[in-house]
Amino acid sequence: MQKKKDNINRREFLKRLGAGAAAVSAAALAGCGGRNGAKLPALPEVPAEGMTCRPDPRTGEPVSLLGFGMMRLPSVSGRSAREGADEEIDQEMVNRLVDYAIAHGVNYFDTSPAYCKGLSERATGIALSRHPRSSYYIATKLSNFAPQTWSREASIAMYRNSFRELQVDYIDYLLLHGVGMGGGMEEFEARYMNNGILDFLLDERRAGRIRHLGFSYHGDIRVFDYLLSRHDEYQWDFVQIQLNYLDWKYAKQINPRNTNAEYLYSELQKRNIPAVIMEPLLGGRLSNVPDNIVARLKQREPERSVASWSFRFAGSLPGVLTVLSGMTRMEHLQDNLQTYAPLKPLTEDEFRFLQETATLMMQFDTIPCNDCKYCMPCPYGLDIPSILLHYNKCLNEGNLVENAQDEHYRQARRAFLVGYDRSVPRLRQANHCIGCNQCSPHCPQRIDIPAELRRIDAYVERLKQETL
Amino acid sequence: MLRKIRIILATLFFVALTLLFLDFTGTVHAWFGWMARIQFLPALLALNIGVLIALVALTWICGRIYCSVICPLGVMQDIFGWLGKRSKKNRYAYSPAKTTLRLIVLAVMVVSLAAGIGSLTALLAPYSSYGRIAQNLFAPLWQWGNNALAYFAERADSYAFYTTDVWIKGTATLVIAALTFVVLGVLAWRGGRTYCNTICPVGTVLGFLSKYSLFRPVIDVSKCNGCGLCARNCKAACIDSQNHRIDYSRCVACMDCIGKCHQGAISYTRGHCPKDEREKAAGAEPKDASRRRFLTTTAAVAVASVVKAQEKTVDGGLAAIADKQIPDRSTPIVPPGAQSLRNMERHCTACQLCVSVCPNGVLRPSARWENLMQPEASYERGYCRPECTKCSEVCPAGAIRRIDRAEKSAIQIGHAVWVKANCVPLTDGVECGNCARHCPTGAIQMVPSEAEDPGSPKIPAVNTERCIGCGACENLCPARPFSAIYVEGHEHHRTI
Repeated sequence: MQKKKDNINRREFLKRLGAGAAAVSAAALAGCGGRNGAKLPALPEVPAEGMTCRPDPRTGEPVSLLGFGMMRLPSVSGRSAREGADEEIDQEMVNRLVDYAIAHGVNYFDTSPAYCKGLSERATGIALSRHPRSSYYIATKLSNFAPQTWSREASIAMYRNSFRELQVDYIDYLLLHGVGMGGGMEEFEARYMNNGILDFLLDERRAGRIRHLGFSYHGDIRVFDYLLSRHDEYQWDFVQIQLNYLDWKYAKQINPRNTNAEYLYSELQKRNIPAVIMEPLLGGRLSNVPDNIVARLKQREPERSVASWSFRFAGSLPGVLTVLSGMTRMEHLQDNLQTYAPLKPLTEDEFRFLQETATLMMQFDTIPCNDCKYCMPCPYGLDIPSILLHYNKCLNEGNLVENAQDEHYRQARRAFLVGYDRSVPRLRQANHCIGCNQCSPHCPQRIDIPAELRRIDAYVERLKQETL
Repeated sequence: MLRKIRIILATLFFVALTLLFLDFTGTVHAWFGWMARIQFLPALLALNIGVLIALVALTWICGRIYCSVICPLGVMQDIFGWLGKRSKKNRYAYSPAKTTLRLIVLAVMVVSLAAGIGSLTALLAPYSSYGRIAQNLFAPLWQWGNNALAYFAERADSYAFYTTDVWIKGTATLVIAALTFVVLGVLAWRGGRTYCNTICPVGTVLGFLSKYSLFRPVIDVSKCNGCGLCARNCKAACIDSQNHRIDYSRCVACMDCIGKCHQGAISYTRGHCPKDEREKAAGAEPKDASRRRFLTTTAAVAVASVVKAQEKTVDGGLAAIADKQIPDRSTPIVPPGAQSLRNMERHCTACQLCVSVCPNGVLRPSARWENLMQPEASYERGYCRPECTKCSEVCPAGAIRRIDRAEKSAIQIGHAVWVKANCVPLTDGVECGNCARHCPTGAIQMVPSEAEDPGSPKIPAVNTERCIGCGACENLCPARPFSAIYVEGHEHHRTI
């Protein structure tokens, strides 16, 4: 009761100030509370309205700037559904998240037949089918990565299955999934050209079963350039790219085989193709940052989350249709709603500030793993992302030491080794990597996974044998 | 007063010795490791003359203090007896010595020691029995407690505790330990130190000495009113209050009787030269005729096929990992420092201290008849890591001699053998070389499987001269459940 009363007071107060219900600054609240002597909630209220939308250039339909990525759905134990051995998706929680998202103005939902060990589409379908079909847009993909699905029949079967899983008779946004990954141009041709699947999808678009056709791109830039060069013929309705303030200018520096987001975005702008943004947070790496970066961001916006900077960065670019976020938890969703309802675009100064932040972050030698788990399952049982993330975590927390003379050597050694056993079961640790390299072609970040695992293993050995 | 001192010291020894078996971090050992080394049988097997002389002197001067303070199995029985006493007071009674049985068991012990039948020695040795009980029955509880703390530590982002694996290291040994525990528990509950005075060969040996000890509890006949309270509180059943006699070969110098006597008739003092009070044991029936039996386990080798690498169609998930199984080794592996299988067999008392401290899950009690309960190495859970010399640091009996890290890296305890049928470059057609990559001595190199074709899949070539048998290759081999490379033990270790 007390809390409710406070809310009413606050609302009235704000109305009088003309500040609107959105983008409530907690500083203002603190001031208010201080005068009234009332207890205030620590977090600002989640805005129910005011989601920033971008019109789809072709249909004019408003698409919410926040898109719901269905790749990191929660499992029953509360972790992301892609973790653990055989955990089910927590459908109840997915329903709640989807209901909440729709109620707060989110209308773009992005999934794939491959996500969450293949369970994401069904869970998405169950959650969304409880709402009117006109209240949401579904994006899914033709994820024919495995060579056994390269045939025309298998690909079409996968495409048709998506309709069943999602319980729909048309798909709003369909993507060729991850073009440029693995074998680059050759693999792209095997997946979509030689089997006539691209032509099939163009026909489906003409027939209205696909309302927008696009592609998501990782890796080999030749495929990206080639597909855009044929834009007049294919008329791409949208393209999904990886974009964030680190990849804007540093993607190539992080990995020479990748391409800076600035280039990708400007190529799309030239052709007026709307961009859908994936990995705005780099799989959480831009919210879980080294302490000095946290301090730097917080000094500027003490009451905004670290993640909000990334979302503002991606959302501030005018050619962006929607920004996808894989939201496992309600808190993620609420934080993102704070950022986008409505969006407060970055000023020039803030844009520069983020670029400087990116430069600072480049000094840290983290492995660019986003925990997308495309590399998994490793046929030899390793838990690749957990190993890489543990390494990054220790790096961010200052628990990687150069030598035994280091002041924190004892404590850092213990944190690394004990944490390693906690994060990764012994049988799934880096020393079991045989170097078969079946993982690397699947990595959207093009990490040389066996080499990184070997590097980590060598470090672990030096820690264990105390020969650092 | 004397009783209180005895209880305090016994508690100290008991707790510290138990901690030696519970502590898996190796920190306690630095403080209390000596307590294992002053145990009688380990000292004897290690030919630790200093300790033996000290123990003999102690017993000759003060009686069987060893049995009531130093021996953890004795103290454990006192705890059972104490629990029994709470339900019924004055529960013991004098019984004549079972000298024949004692001598027979001692003879068996001497023969097994001389013949090097380690497992029989181990079965009779009191300290080893306690070690097995602590390792098999108490350590899991300790570890589960630790794991619970680790669970909370993890949630509190603390690295103070880490999880350890709790697993049955040897079924036969576990069963023997459990049986020992139950039998001793019942015996001690009912009759106090029955085991110590009928079976324990160490007790018998020390009894020879304590019979002539300088200090001992003595009954002052002039004060004694013959109430028999002392006899009914003597856990060693050695006070014949009717005749005012104490059988000093069985008295463990617990000092309980001194305080019990209302007349103050018993005092711990320099006794007179004892008369031979050997009683006829002829009529005495052996109470504990049924002996523990050996149990063996047959390792059921499930024939499971190698989990085939699956093709990736979806994202995420973890491939199933089949547990590794113990390969059929024709020669068992004993840890570096053990010198040879014979040395191990002769010296090991199977106290399980090495098994308790092995941080890599390598050591476990053997299930073979000839060295039952003595440690042997296997590499399904981990391998004998280059930086670890823990087992050699803790062994009190000289079965595993102390070595340092440099020595360890050069002691050959076995050699690796390649099993072509399991090797993944040949079966799965992938690149591997994990064995070669992790070999600490560089004894493995990868060579083309077909000599004429340098591009053919690479297979490991083991240089057995450089191989030390640490098992890194076997443990880290991706082939499951049976590795494509495994270690055969050597009867005699050698330095390469």
